[in-house]
Amino acid sequence: MVKIPPVLRSSVGGAKEVEAAGGSVGEVLRSLAARHPATESQLFSEDGDLNRYVNVYLNDEDVRVLEGLDTEVGAGDTIVILPAMAGGR
Amino acid sequence: MASGTDLIRRIKEQIEEVDPKEVHDLQENGNGAVIVDVREQHEFEESHLPGARHVPRGHLESRIEGSAPDKSERVILYCASGNRSALAAHTMQELLGYEDVASMRGGITLWKDRGYDVEVPRTLTAEQRERYSRHLLIPEIGLEGQMKLLDARVLLLGAGGLGSPAALYLAAAGVGTIGIVDNDVVDLSNLQRQVAHSNDRIGVPKVDSAETAIHEINPDVKVEKHGIRLDASNVMEIIDGYDVIVDGLDNFPTRYLLNDASVRKQIPVVSASILGFEGQLSVFHPYEGPCYRCLYPTPPPADLAPSCGAAGVLGVLPGVMGLLQSVEVIKLVTGAGEPLAGRLLLYDALGTTFTELKVRRDPDCPICSRDPAEISDEEMGVFPDYEAFCAGAG
Repeated sequence: MVKIPPVLRSSVGGAKEVEAAGGSVGEVLRSLAARHPATESQLFSEDGDLNRYVNVYLNDEDVRVLEGLDTEVGAGDTIVILPAMAGGR
Repeated sequence: MASGTDLIRRIKEQIEEVDPKEVHDLQENGNGAVIVDVREQHEFEESHLPGARHVPRGHLESRIEGSAPDKSERVILYCASGNRSALAAHTMQELLGYEDVASMRGGITLWKDRGYDVEVPRTLTAEQRERYSRHLLIPEIGLEGQMKLLDARVLLLGAGGLGSPAALYLAAAGVGTIGIVDNDVVDLSNLQRQVAHSNDRIGVPKVDSAETAIHEINPDVKVEKHGIRLDASNVMEIIDGYDVIVDGLDNFPTRYLLNDASVRKQIPVVSASILGFEGQLSVFHPYEGPCYRCLYPTPPPADLAPSCGAAGVLGVLPGVMGLLQSVEVIKLVTGAGEPLAGRLLLYDALGTTFTELKVRRDPDCPICSRDPAEISDEEMGVFPDYEAFCAGAG
């Protein structure tokens, strides 16, 4: 399961959470982008890496301190996509 | 039956009495005797011997072991004139098993007559005791914590959605000095969420409006108004001397700027942001936990970073997040509990879910992996593609 942040929801038809298959974080996000093409450029840079301004967590841990996009994903895991927010007013 | 005077005289014959000079010499030489004041609370609060512990005679039997746990250690008791301390010394020696207890002859009165120093402890006024009585009742705050709050200097960046509830509740909690940075004036569309302002203050600068609201709750709070926009030229000066910063800023460049300045000054920042029905909260405590750049190395492009003004927000949401920030401020000031450092809390109001994510210090962080003295003015607030970002954000 992938949790979608508010700014990306319009790209996935408004859903807060979507199901996506894959054995690694990269595969899950690629399958999300295949199904919802509008998310592709928001998640991935032109060279295929995660955009630096998008944080991705496997459960509660940043994938940057795990194996990045190669981090293995199990059936019960949740992936959280989190771009920075600045609103305060 | 002996008179009271006779009894005290007889008891003084059975215990050791010491002269104030001996106690003074002991203190000067740093010889470790435990000095205990056995007078009543109000007498102790007025003044007492430096370093003295306080156990009122009426509570002697139940409390002395908390102040003097080692019964073989030398204990010197005193009161106002030496009578109550003599009786207390007798009790400790005969009934409680203390092996080396003495009473100071002439009490604190003779001590002062000899010209020796006393400590005059800071206390709350009667009005403050009443006002903060519910804090004084919880041991995690108590008198000590309330004193820390009264001494604290907290800076609010923005008197808007997040800053409003923080200003009101931190003022109510007795934070002694609240600084507010905001260059805006109150607008009708603010009042859906910015509860420090009011209908009759539309058009008034937010720093002035917030000051009015703060003083209506707690006139003792000192308000420092900074009616300007935070930028690279003023940030180091404005945040100087504050103990905690509450970040309710509405844009990325200023958040990065604040981060870099607060790392240089080593001031913890309680940071929150809001959008729609969702909020984020974390504490960035320089060098003790990650900084904002460890979490977000670079901001998203402008089309992925809408502000609330443009995108809308549930009015209550900044209330929730601003109060969560206020709780973190009080914890940082008093030392109570576990601050939200190294953790990011996500609140989804529609689903009523709280999600906690781990935030790690980045060993390669461009700012907080370095010594604060090495961070230059020129680098502050700058991030990759900074100029393109600002151009895109208009």
